Amino acid sequence: MATVTVPRATASPPRGDRRGARRLTRTAGFGLGLAMTWFSLLVLIPLAAVVVKAAGGGWTTFQSVLTDPGTLVTLRFTILTAVGVTLLNAVMGTLIAWLLVRDAFPGKRILDLVIDIPFAMPTIVAGLVLLALYGHEGPLGIDVSGTKLGVVLAIAFVTLPFVVRAVQPVLASLETDVEEAAASLGASRWTTLRRIILPSLLPAITAGASLSFARAISEYGSVVLISMNARGVEVMSTETYRYIEGGDTAAAAAVAVLLLVIALVTIIVLDVLQRRAARRG
Amino acid sequence: MADASSATRTSPRRRTSAGAWVVRAIVAVYLFLLVLWPTAVLFRGAFADGLGTITAAIADPDVVHALVLTGQTAVLAVAINLVFGLGVSLLLVRYDFFGKRVLSWLIDLPLSASPVVVGLALLLVYSPVYGWFGPGLREAGIEVAFAMPGIVMATCFVSLPLVVREVVPVLTELGDDQEQAARSLGAGGWQTFRRITLPGIRWALVYGLVLSLARSLGEFGAVKVVSGHVIGQTATATVAVESAYQNNNTEQAYAIAVLLVLATVLCLVVVAILHTRDAREKG
Amino acid sequence: MNPRTPAVALALIGALALTACSGAGAASTDSSGSVAIVGYSVLEEANQGVQKAFQQTEPGKGVVFTESYGASGDQSRAVAAGQRADEVHLSLEPDVTRLVDAGLVDADWKDNDTAGVCTDSVVVFVVRKGNPKNITTWADLIKPGVQIVTPDPASSGSAKWNLLAAYGSAAANGGDAAAQSYITSFFDNVIALPASGRQATSTFTGGKGDVLISYENEAILARQSGSDFDYVVPDSSLLIENSCALLKDHSDAAESWLAFQKSVDGQKEYAATGYRPLASVADQVGTLTVDGAMTPDDPFPTVDHLLTIDGDFGGWDAANKKFFDADNGILTKIQSEAGF
Repeated sequence: MATVTVPRATASPPRGDRRGARRLTRTAGFGLGLAMTWFSLLVLIPLAAVVVKAAGGGWTTFQSVLTDPGTLVTLRFTILTAVGVTLLNAVMGTLIAWLLVRDAFPGKRILDLVIDIPFAMPTIVAGLVLLALYGHEGPLGIDVSGTKLGVVLAIAFVTLPFVVRAVQPVLASLETDVEEAAASLGASRWTTLRRIILPSLLPAITAGASLSFARAISEYGSVVLISMNARGVEVMSTETYRYIEGGDTAAAAAVAVLLLVIALVTIIVLDVLQRRAARRG
Repeated sequence: MADASSATRTSPRRRTSAGAWVVRAIVAVYLFLLVLWPTAVLFRGAFADGLGTITAAIADPDVVHALVLTGQTAVLAVAINLVFGLGVSLLLVRYDFFGKRVLSWLIDLPLSASPVVVGLALLLVYSPVYGWFGPGLREAGIEVAFAMPGIVMATCFVSLPLVVREVVPVLTELGDDQEQAARSLGAGGWQTFRRITLPGIRWALVYGLVLSLARSLGEFGAVKVVSGHVIGQTATATVAVESAYQNNNTEQAYAIAVLLVLATVLCLVVVAILHTRDAREKG
Repeated sequence: MNPRTPAVALALIGALALTACSGAGAASTDSSGSVAIVGYSVLEEANQGVQKAFQQTEPGKGVVFTESYGASGDQSRAVAAGQRADEVHLSLEPDVTRLVDAGLVDADWKDNDTAGVCTDSVVVFVVRKGNPKNITTWADLIKPGVQIVTPDPASSGSAKWNLLAAYGSAAANGGDAAAQSYITSFFDNVIALPASGRQATSTFTGGKGDVLISYENEAILARQSGSDFDYVVPDSSLLIENSCALLKDHSDAAESWLAFQKSVDGQKEYAATGYRPLASVADQVGTLTVDGAMTPDDPFPTVDHLLTIDGDFGGWDAANKKFFDADNGILTKIQSEAGF
């Protein structure tokens, strides 16, 4: 249901062109000023305060946090899980988008709604139901509470919709002339998929993956319930919490800054890749 | 729902290849284990007693207050995100200014901030005791942290990028030829926006707002830290869910949770229906 | 779209915003008839009965309570960050000391008949029904294969009581060396370290672990609300003394409330949810029957070796520094070496 019908102008300029971006008018400038004020009060200044807090501890705080073996283990686990789940989402998300766009079967509308359930569920509720199902008292006899797999499960749940929703509209608006031409020239379906369809979808998959990764490294509500702070099953968000509660706010801020830097770098890298892919396509 | 207006686009058709069946099987199992069954657990828990659990939950004034508070916060956050999101999208796509790229990167940052960090960041600035602005605001009689404004801000923080993310791609795809044409014909800015731009981005905007609503209803960590969760005053619905669960009142936890989920699902269903109707009318 | 629609919509939102801002989160006016309590997690249900009893008394008539409950450290930090309160009732003294340092509580808050304590309990072992692994002593906890659930000392007051009880009990039989080796073995058996006493109980009730180290009153309360487990009062334990203090800026009703909490009637109400009556009024409270206790007619069996924080650990200031200091605390070090 997220497919957005895009009315095509009769003569559409090639993609990657700057679509009529122009200099700021007075109203636009004023609007930008307002927007920036709100954005600063809400996001930029508070995040700056976190950076200042981390820096207040001097370089020694960063050093002690970065060299703390516990933190490094947690960081590795957080990043690996995020990357792993993002790759899983890239695959499953594309498959699901494929089904939603190119396949027809009874109940397709329901499937569309099911994809949005992780959005609709508050994180703590997600944690509760996953625990009820895959925890110690779960009917399947599987117990992933307090395990790394449990954390993966929780993160896979909350990040499910991102790639699907990013790929769906693009897949829907793909023109199939090229696909048909390839087929008529004897290309197998697999080749068509690999050489023609997937490259067109790559920017969308990347965009969805970026969102998925961002959410995966910062998820707290669902993870904290399943992980139960068991040994070796901590993620950076719970680690930050422990530093805060331990009274070491500077260290907590340092950990937070580290994670934000990783996130920012990922955003930038994926944005550059996306633009490059879009320009080529 | 694929757009069937172009003759060269593949309309969805029933696939019969082995590959299609494999894909269907994999997706079905994955979604069942990951989403459907957990959701069923939620609904089963909430409706185990028919409507009894839910009526019992709503009979509790603290629960009602928490739900109302969450609702008010969500409406305010969505309204703010609408104005901000729409404005920033237009600025990012239709204009050029110094720092545009950096701004678009920074806009995405709240998505990667864990709720713990959001709470910490907001308190570092708005705590009435040690925050940068907090004490000054308290002197002026304005309570941000541990009061409604703080809750709204925490909610806005986490849902900030959602509208922008949905609208920007569509706005970019649309191109501004029609807008320029309208302007050259003498249409004012607001008129152009209302008659030309808005209809084009309408569904992306609506979806972005629904996502924003969902996130606002469901935010837990950041709000918990910033609100002080005073029962009957600043405790939101998600905090009430955790509290009920920890007081061994799992039924109440599920009841509140199901109400939150149903609210979002209802919005999604309504939007889907309206969108299909709109597409059908156009097609 | 009707050109007036956005204006109408914005007006509605504005009106909603105004009602919302004035309704929720308004700081309680300093009227004599209200008490704002910020308490630690386990207190939430216990206070209900005590408040109702208080409201039957003369000074308590018409008093309105606003309450916030959560992990003791969290709550203490929230008040230090500016959350308004008349009374804080927290799991342990250092959480109040933080507020003294922040200038929110008078330095002489402990100078009264109960040394600043409002509720008492002891550390117990919560086990599965029937105690299948036969866990009755501290030594049993470190046997191989026993899975322990205890909250995280970094955020939970309950956890600090638990660990000090463990340490003190082991130290009684061999001094600091024996105690440290005991704690190391203890952490080897810990499988989960949830953030608060409440979360630890939820974790245990959810099926994790063989034994939960907890407050006696938490165990009794959980059994009252239907949890199906047993608990064991070990032969050696630590007296848990929960601190309560009024903030410098508090309502008049808060003073009467505090007095009531410590009175015979107040302590009887707390006993109904599993707290041990304060020493100052224990005789007057008389014999009690407490639903949910292992033996309802003898709900609070005497602990053979009851340690106290002041008597055996030199008070919280010293104990906190010696055991829980972020860099050099004995227990902090053992905990991080164990991988937590």
